[in-house]
Amino acid sequence: MKPTFSHLKSWLYLLPAVLFLGAFMVYPLIDVIIYSFEEGYNSASQTYFGIGFYNYSYVLHDPYFLQAVKNTFILVVITVPLSTVIALLISAGLNSIQPLHEIFQVIYFLPYVTNTLAVGLVFMILFKKTPYSEGLINLIIRWFGGKTVDFMDGPYWAKMFVLCFYTVWSVMPFKILILTSALASVNPDYYSAARVDGTSKLRTFMRITLPLISPMIFYLIITGFIGAFKAYSDVVALFGTDLNAAGMNTIVGYVYDMLYGDSGGYPSYAAAAAMILFAIVLTVTCINLLISSRKFAVKN
Amino acid sequence: MEVILQNLTKKYPSRGKKLREDVIAVNDLTIHIPDGKLMGLLGPSGCGKSTTLNLISGLQKPTGGKIIFGDQEVTYLPPESRGIGLVFQNYALYPHLTVKQNILFPLENLKGKSRLFKTEMLKKACEAAALVQIEDLMDRKPGELSGGQQQRVAIARALVKMPGVLLLDEPLSNLDARLRLQTREEIRRIQKETKITTIFVTHDQEEAMSISDLIAVMNAGVVQQTGSPQDVYDNPDNLFVARFLGTPPINVFEGQVKNGTLYIGGDPVLDLVHAGGGLSEGAFGQVYAAVRPEGFILSENGPLACRLSGVEVMGRDITVVSTNKASLAPKVRAVISAERQADVSGPLVRFSLRPAKVFLFDKNTEKRIPFQAAIRQQIGACHETHL
Repeated sequence: MKPTFSHLKSWLYLLPAVLFLGAFMVYPLIDVIIYSFEEGYNSASQTYFGIGFYNYSYVLHDPYFLQAVKNTFILVVITVPLSTVIALLISAGLNSIQPLHEIFQVIYFLPYVTNTLAVGLVFMILFKKTPYSEGLINLIIRWFGGKTVDFMDGPYWAKMFVLCFYTVWSVMPFKILILTSALASVNPDYYSAARVDGTSKLRTFMRITLPLISPMIFYLIITGFIGAFKAYSDVVALFGTDLNAAGMNTIVGYVYDMLYGDSGGYPSYAAAAAMILFAIVLTVTCINLLISSRKFAVKN
Repeated sequence: MEVILQNLTKKYPSRGKKLREDVIAVNDLTIHIPDGKLMGLLGPSGCGKSTTLNLISGLQKPTGGKIIFGDQEVTYLPPESRGIGLVFQNYALYPHLTVKQNILFPLENLKGKSRLFKTEMLKKACEAAALVQIEDLMDRKPGELSGGQQQRVAIARALVKMPGVLLLDEPLSNLDARLRLQTREEIRRIQKETKITTIFVTHDQEEAMSISDLIAVMNAGVVQQTGSPQDVYDNPDNLFVARFLGTPPINVFEGQVKNGTLYIGGDPVLDLVHAGGGLSEGAFGQVYAAVRPEGFILSENGPLACRLSGVEVMGRDITVVSTNKASLAPKVRAVISAERQADVSGPLVRFSLRPAKVFLFDKNTEKRIPFQAAIRQQIGACHETHL
């Protein structure tokens, strides 16, 4: 056996994957980093003036970018904990009811397989003010004697509420799926042991169930953070493409606008913004991992 | 605390569509366990012994019958109000808590008047840990302990509230052979020190016999026999019990009783003076004749002839392995003391039998048929042992 030959052979097998990953993952990634440092890049002539941090400085001083960062952070801070807690409660509930268990599971999983357009329609019925209707939520508000709100084109908090509501709702099925299987994988002997010891339901949940499924919860929190930081398509579905005008832009939305939007054609700014997003996500994920490995390390 | 099980029954509704009948896991079970005794619940897998334990612990509700602890009926009490400690087969130690936190866990659940101060809890936990000798492991996680250490932690957790009854589900099955010997003595010692009525479930007859005050042999949800280990071994009520106890297992032969003599494969092996079950003198009957391995005596003119197939030397004793047409098992195993020079050169070995180690069972009911052997045979047997 010649080692060189067998090495060649193994590289040959890896070639398709390596080619695709290289062309569509590694090369663009490096390119983005390079773009972000090229000052005054002109995509038409493919020239630039110099190398430095000007792109970053510009992006960080752009009020639209700051607005996008603010929106994204609000979205992340509200939806990730909220959706995880709600998903946990629903999964725990699902796990403890035996009859109709499967039907409920299907109901909670529906958003995951529902067409986005259909979902958009539902949200229109719920929130959108049209010449014919004020939206279901406004009807309910009126019913209770409150003042109606224009959720889609009205005040900032109302729009943010709709966005958060939509995000929580759309990430729920996946979280419930993960958490119900995590709960089902807990050895029932632990619950028997807790019962023999007279542990209350709440204490069993807090002291036994929660720590035992904590690795899964942390997985959901980390992926939830990453997903929420990358929010874009949901926002477009709700508020249209001119997000800056609506004041609802996100970081990814800003990157997209810089590339293709009305003010498009600025790949350097887009690259810098993307790198900033990358740095933010990396930092948050590292913090998450640090906390999870320190606090809830389950050695087994 | 005295434990009484009265006509305890547990049925499961059948799951399959073909079989409409309920599955009876425990059938009309009645056992009395005196205060402070160690009872071994013994049987093959699927005989309902674990279900019985779950019924006693309250984790499952019986379909019928009563469970009485001392003078209180606990049949329908939830587990936590029964004052029991339960050790699970896989120990069920909370993996994210340290040993100390695991042991403290039951105490922290106490509410109201019985709630203890933190220092008292710690004191109790330390006492329990000292009892099972794990004081120096208190800050470790269960995943960092060996199987035997985990077992001790599980026992400490079960004992920390000083339960009236301690239940152990297959306590030794997850341990290796050497640790098993050690741990069973440990369980015995802890039980004697605390004087807590203890019930443990096992499928290993050696385990049950070695440490129990009492054993109950179960099969198919029914208790076959209850008694002290030696008593059950020496006087099995039926063929199942006789076969289940003892290693190597008892040798069962097809036998006939003819004119007051027991024949195995045509060899007249024992003279019966007085036999029950209609097998008295002159009667004729087909029986199962079961002989304990230690019931064989090698003797040149012994009545039972077997074809020799090998000798296993164990050091302390010798197992003579042979075949006999009348034997139900393919091999007959006879255990002979190694101090005696056994002559096993020929193709045939001849045995005489110790009457006390021979049991007769009815072929249909598999119930024990009592008998007394004739004096002549017994004298012969005695002579043989002193040769």
